[in-house]
Amino acid sequence: MEQFSQGIKDGSAIGIGYLSVSFTFGLAAVSSGLQWWEALLVSMMNLTSAGQFAGINIMAAAGTYIELALSQLVINLRYALMSISLSQKVDKDFRAGRKALLGFAVTDEIFAVAMSRKGEVSSQYFAGLAVLPYLGWTGGTLAGAVCGNILPKMVTDALGLAIYGMFIAIIVPAMKKDSRILKITLLAVAFSVALFYLPGLKNISSGFAVIICAVAASALGAFFFPMEDEEQEEA
Amino acid sequence: MRVGVFWIYLLVMFGVTYVIRVSPFVIFRKKIDNKYVRAFLAYIPYTVLGAMTFPAVFYATGSVVSAAVGVIAALGLAYRGKGLFPVAICASLAAFLISVAEWLEGLV
Repeated sequence: MEQFSQGIKDGSAIGIGYLSVSFTFGLAAVSSGLQWWEALLVSMMNLTSAGQFAGINIMAAAGTYIELALSQLVINLRYALMSISLSQKVDKDFRAGRKALLGFAVTDEIFAVAMSRKGEVSSQYFAGLAVLPYLGWTGGTLAGAVCGNILPKMVTDALGLAIYGMFIAIIVPAMKKDSRILKITLLAVAFSVALFYLPGLKNISSGFAVIICAVAASALGAFFFPMEDEEQEEA
Repeated sequence: MRVGVFWIYLLVMFGVTYVIRVSPFVIFRKKIDNKYVRAFLAYIPYTVLGAMTFPAVFYATGSVVSAAVGVIAALGLAYRGKGLFPVAICASLAAFLISVAEWLEGLV
């Protein structure tokens, strides 16, 4: 129980942060044509940022199920890596059933906090850690989805930048620190710009475009700059 | 979008995301040591976010000018190591101020 409340405490900052970003998700989801309860369900069942934003774009464009599945696979692939790292750090009471339930809550931020904890991570601590972020994410989505029609258009338009601001805040420090990530990310951006503007290529839907750019750039990156042991821990 | 279609979309999203997260957690005991796979997985978060952000971000506010100013603000703050939420909020605020300025100009 003590571990659980420590988890709650450690998760509170993440929860507040999620509240604001998921608010913009709620806004975006409703303006792309989802009902408020549909936006809420997407957040309740996914708990991802980039994946959900890509998902509602594909839904709005009436994309195929394959496209949706592939986009989630590629965009959320980083969680697989995090889950592998986390699986080495949990204590032995963290059994398969608990993993099946709590593994759902592996996000960039929850993962980062769990990994920075000294020693092993218990299932009680991890459960506590997930509570406020989950409430923040779903509550913010609900508020954004419901308030979308009340806020002036100028405000909702400007808030459309928030999610991209968050993405920029994730990639820029990594690019600054690691010249390989700098090169590979710029390559992915160049691919993305090319697919967006070049005649013929611009008919590719946005979901597939992200998949193609990310996989192509990362594969080239892996080929030219493979990673030896113990040097990509924060990825 | 029809409601029936929405439920299938939702199930696909949930299924894929859940399996990606949970199966490595349950199954893995060992570390991946292939240096190419490790590098690929390490680069994926940044290439995904880079490709999702550019050039889409310039069309996120309905005005390329206000979006561009927001992007510049975000890049500058992120470069100085500010956290996710200050960067996100300042980018929105910068874009908002530009669109207010554009609106006022329209009045004159």
